[in-house]
Amino acid sequence: MSETKNSDAKEIDVRDPRIASSIERYWSKNLRIMALLLAVWAIAGVGCGVLFADWLNEFSLGGFPLGFWFAQQGSIIVFVLVILVYASLLNRLDTQHHAEIEKISPSTNKISGKAGDQGRGEKTT
Amino acid sequence: MSIKAWTFLFVALSFGLYLVIAWISRVRDTKGFYVAGRGVPTMANGMATAADWMSAASFISMAGLISTMGYAGGVYLMGWTGGYVLLALLLAPYLRKSGHFTVPDFVGDRYESNVARIVAVLCALFVSFTYVAGQMRGVGIVFSRFLEVDITLGVCIGMAIVFVYATLGGMKGITWTQVAQYWVLITAFLIPTIAISIKLTGHTIPQIGMGSELVDHGVTLLAKLDQIHRDLGFQSYTEAFTGKWDKINVFCVALALMVGTAGLPHVIVRFYTVRSVKAARWSAFWALFFIALLYLTAPATAAFARYFMIHTLHERSESELPGWFHNWEKTGLIIWLDDGDGKIQYFGAKDPEKFARNEIFRSGKKLSTEDLETLKTQHRLWMESDGKEGTDGRVVMRESGNAGPDRDIIVLATPEMAGLANWIIAFVAAGGLAAALSTASGLLLVMSSSVAHDIYYRILNPEASERKRLLVGRVVIGFAVVIAGLLGIFPPGFVGQVVAFAFGLAAASFFPVIVLGIFSRRVGTIPAISGMAVGIIFTAAYIYGSVYQGMKPWCFGIGPQGIGSVGMLLNFVVTLSMTPFFPPPSKKAQNMVESIREPEGAVKS
Repeated sequence: MSETKNSDAKEIDVRDPRIASSIERYWSKNLRIMALLLAVWAIAGVGCGVLFADWLNEFSLGGFPLGFWFAQQGSIIVFVLVILVYASLLNRLDTQHHAEIEKISPSTNKISGKAGDQGRGEKTT
Repeated sequence: MSIKAWTFLFVALSFGLYLVIAWISRVRDTKGFYVAGRGVPTMANGMATAADWMSAASFISMAGLISTMGYAGGVYLMGWTGGYVLLALLLAPYLRKSGHFTVPDFVGDRYESNVARIVAVLCALFVSFTYVAGQMRGVGIVFSRFLEVDITLGVCIGMAIVFVYATLGGMKGITWTQVAQYWVLITAFLIPTIAISIKLTGHTIPQIGMGSELVDHGVTLLAKLDQIHRDLGFQSYTEAFTGKWDKINVFCVALALMVGTAGLPHVIVRFYTVRSVKAARWSAFWALFFIALLYLTAPATAAFARYFMIHTLHERSESELPGWFHNWEKTGLIIWLDDGDGKIQYFGAKDPEKFARNEIFRSGKKLSTEDLETLKTQHRLWMESDGKEGTDGRVVMRESGNAGPDRDIIVLATPEMAGLANWIIAFVAAGGLAAALSTASGLLLVMSSSVAHDIYYRILNPEASERKRLLVGRVVIGFAVVIAGLLGIFPPGFVGQVVAFAFGLAAASFFPVIVLGIFSRRVGTIPAISGMAVGIIFTAAYIYGSVYQGMKPWCFGIGPQGIGSVGMLLNFVVTLSMTPFFPPPSKKAQNMVESIREPEGAVKS
């Protein structure tokens, strides 16, 4: 058994339909952001760096042929930016989601959550 | 002070630093030992991940590879960075939320099967061992080249250092040492490149210098390189898809490296060490940010060094040769076999007529020092007797595929080419050691946790006490260090080749099961194990066939390096097409998936 949660983790009851729909909304937003960013990743890295590289080489950026630049510089810069955008968007979404859940079921059950946690934690730590 | 004295000083200082850090961050529990107590700050974890990731190969060989491959060298740059996007978006936050210690742990719990767990452990061990042997060898090579110490002694010193800080501090000790190692290696990489950039183009930032005009030439560096390459019979430097690097191969190799990176256990495990899911996301960003500092600089190093190399060698006579040439000639990384006119001729293989007159070679892997001496003597005899006696060494070398200098010389000799101060040259040695040691320690921890946690604790003795588990973890890591050292001293012939293939195997085995384990509630045990088995067997068989059996690349002409992409695809196809016919996972496993997707709370249903 592994530790499945942090000691201060809030317990969320998915049997509550309002919570279930909040989780649903969070997940589909997450998937949308992910799909969009993976598309950027694919176009910059695999697209410009490889698939269209020979065509892009007809153009130039400063002293670089463009396809060559994408393969050795541009794609890496885009990758870093993609993760930066992902981390900021998703962390903001997390905070919103957390607030939403908090509104539906305020953390009164924190003590019970902790007790349950210790019960499970015993096997691991 | 001489280069050797400086090198001694830097190596001793950096090793001392690593030991001090190890003592400060020693641990007492398994949580500290395996996941650094889950308390590593995101930026520090990013640096540690970067050092973990950038091995001796990244530091020493990659710029050299790009330098000889030109555009196609980009597959390594894109492949080894693009994987972090997959890791950050598809794996890191969810695996952190799952709260496991290791990757096999996650696979075993999600698919509720010890078979899956053991398959995952075996994959992790295989990948780690092939990798770590190369690192230990790298340590030995740096020692022998810069300090003229025997390779065996060099490996032993490296082993002793890693042994101390890995057993004492586990993941915690390794993490903080890696942070220090990151700074050593990145400084050692950047300074020579910046200096050479200023010298050639007048720009301080190498990434700009690379696309700028050469001082006094009025033509851009890359245009000049393309022209030189054309004149001397090399493949064009910037043109895409030349020679065997056609579009489908560049594509498949880049993809296999990306997906393989995301599936490598020693990288994934780093995201278990941070405080929360949010921290895991930032940590992935910092990791790629710090990696990008080196990966954006390496292509500049490659282009500068390429230009320098040809410019200082071609058509030069003995007396005009720079000092670095003689230094590295001793190591066999570069060899000159003259045709009798006393001038170096350096040509590429694209133009066979010119290639026959090429005089620059390397000793390669197969040639021993004695063989080399015989070859040189025979060649001298041939030259002096006008071809009546002895043998033409150029023909021998050309036919054994050893034309051109060794690619490692690019990074190792660049500071000397640029005429930098002795202490900078010495610092590069410390950087190479930092790169090799940081990667080795990360891999050793994966081996230790695979055996001590996944096999011993989860399968053999689930009742083991905390103390006992920690002890087993330490003993296993000790054993792993010794085995890794032995592999470094007596390298099995396959290591060099296998490291590149480890990515293909990781791509074809781990990546699909983990992704499906997170993003599908429906995929059950049997389809997942079948998919993993098909992926890894297909990939391993294809690699084995084409490397050892001379098999034709029958799969769309894809070479062994890129076949992992196809293996991964097969894994997905097999798993997904079998899924409807097999029962879904149990309520417990489905609940686990729910819980992983929920970023903070603990799901109750």
